[in-house]
Amino acid sequence: MRADLDIIQEWIAPQSRVLDLGCGQGHLLADLAEQKQVRGYGLEINPEDIQACIHAGVNVVEQDLDKGLSNFQDRSFDTVVMTQALQAVHRPDWVLDEMLRIGRESIITFPNFGHWRARGYLWFRGKMPVSKFLPYTWYDTPNIHFCTFKDFEQLCRQKNIHILDRTVVDSRHRDRWWIRLWPNMLGEIAIYRVTR
Amino acid sequence: MPLEIPADSVGLVEPKTLHFATPLVLVSGRVLPHYDLIIETYGCLNEQRSNAVLVCHALSGNQHVAGYNSPEDRKPGWWDSAVGPGKAIDTNHFFVVSLNNLGGCHGSTGPTSINPTTGQRYGPDFPIITVQDWVKSQACLADQLGIERWAAVIGGSLGGMQALQWAIDFPERLSHCLVIAAAPKLSAQNIAFNEVARQAISKDPDFYGGRYADHDTYPKQGLMLARMVGHITYLSDDAMGDKFGRELQFDELSFDFDADFQVESYLRYQGESFSKRFDANSYLLMTKALDYFDPAAAFGGDLVTALAQARCQFFLASFTTDWRFSPQRSREIVDALIAADKPVCYTEIDAPHGHDAFLMPITRYMTAFKAYMDRVAREVLTAEVGDAR
Repeated sequence: MRADLDIIQEWIAPQSRVLDLGCGQGHLLADLAEQKQVRGYGLEINPEDIQACIHAGVNVVEQDLDKGLSNFQDRSFDTVVMTQALQAVHRPDWVLDEMLRIGRESIITFPNFGHWRARGYLWFRGKMPVSKFLPYTWYDTPNIHFCTFKDFEQLCRQKNIHILDRTVVDSRHRDRWWIRLWPNMLGEIAIYRVTR
Repeated sequence: MPLEIPADSVGLVEPKTLHFATPLVLVSGRVLPHYDLIIETYGCLNEQRSNAVLVCHALSGNQHVAGYNSPEDRKPGWWDSAVGPGKAIDTNHFFVVSLNNLGGCHGSTGPTSINPTTGQRYGPDFPIITVQDWVKSQACLADQLGIERWAAVIGGSLGGMQALQWAIDFPERLSHCLVIAAAPKLSAQNIAFNEVARQAISKDPDFYGGRYADHDTYPKQGLMLARMVGHITYLSDDAMGDKFGRELQFDELSFDFDADFQVESYLRYQGESFSKRFDANSYLLMTKALDYFDPAAAFGGDLVTALAQARCQFFLASFTTDWRFSPQRSREIVDALIAADKPVCYTEIDAPHGHDAFLMPITRYMTAFKAYMDRVAREVLTAEVGDAR
């Protein structure tokens, strides 16, 4: 289990209804079902991931987030989760609106482009950052909308979205005291819990 | 004849006919006083009778799902790609039951059977049968086989509609429902195509109001046309293009109205061979069953309420180039299942073959199908072990 999924789990109520956008192999949903009797559905488009979900008994629905979520009714889920996919969708702002229409709360994680290593890479090399954590080059990356924590929080303010919780961690999902001093510079991944 | 029966085939199989003496009251209000159902079974029923799966057929299908009825058969059953040892519906794990539906023409009671009240062939007097009626008769079949609960009810197209109806009408009698390339009800366009087929048959001079058998003939032209129209809707534009393009039958255009292009002669051949093996009255009945299918109707037209009755888990699959029952139609079912809080897995297979894809051994489709059925098999096994303790 990934450490960020551990943190997300704590924020989800037992027996609630959860929609996971880009659920991958369904680890979070499988775990939530087992530990918290959560009734969940995951959306995914990768065939291998869908296959893994079917095998694991996770409710997986083949659906492309970029083609909209209008088939889901308002407030039909307690929590809508999206881990590490915000930066990969065509319109993160629209997806965010949809998440908060469908669910009472949303949990979102994404990589921080304001992290010192990304800044340093661009500053010193003058090239788009490539790292072990984000191994793509600019032309083949699925991550088309990078943002910093500050950017995201500004968008939330513009949209009157309330941030209920925020945990900022390093790339191995460890919560370090020094990250809290200067999260937008030192944090690599943020996990937000938001509502409207 | 297949020179050698493949290792993943169920091999030589034999149908058998079961008789049902209890009258069946139909949705139309009419009653079948007694009836026969012809079935095939593959694999072994376990001691707990918990590993049985029902396979429902589509418009022109029958009980012969897999394997060969005789060593001379050139082709195996209609869903041999999915049923057999090691296949998606693995006969090493499951006891597979298939039947020819009421109103059919492959051995179950239908228009070619004798009407007990008149002593004559039913012909056009055979009552209109709905999907609900089929499911009810299939439940009687389960009773007679001593199967209280199916591990899964499975079908594609019209077969998928039966599976869906099972989940609503007999929620306690199935654990899993697999609905492939289906729709929650027919669209106006779907009904329109069926009407063209029916008109083609009933306007054939050899139809004689459905009493063609009394005149020692059958509406060959009408059935041919019906099948040709149907066949076009089973294929995608690309699939037809790939298969035939604009290839000519002979080297040059004939400048008359005979078949110039290969696609024309192919459709004629398909239509003709179909007209020889399918009863016209049966075809009319099957298309009506399709048109009338609308399980939500009994729940104020609300599919979510209809599916809220279900107690099973669902697997749905659709195919990108299927325009008869497009992925959108499967999504309607999936969305309703999610709204009704029912467990569901849904996959949309990228395949060029159109509606016919559901019968084909497409790798991604069969792997997903098999992964789901293996899960069903594991559940059956776990329950068995639990029972033994």
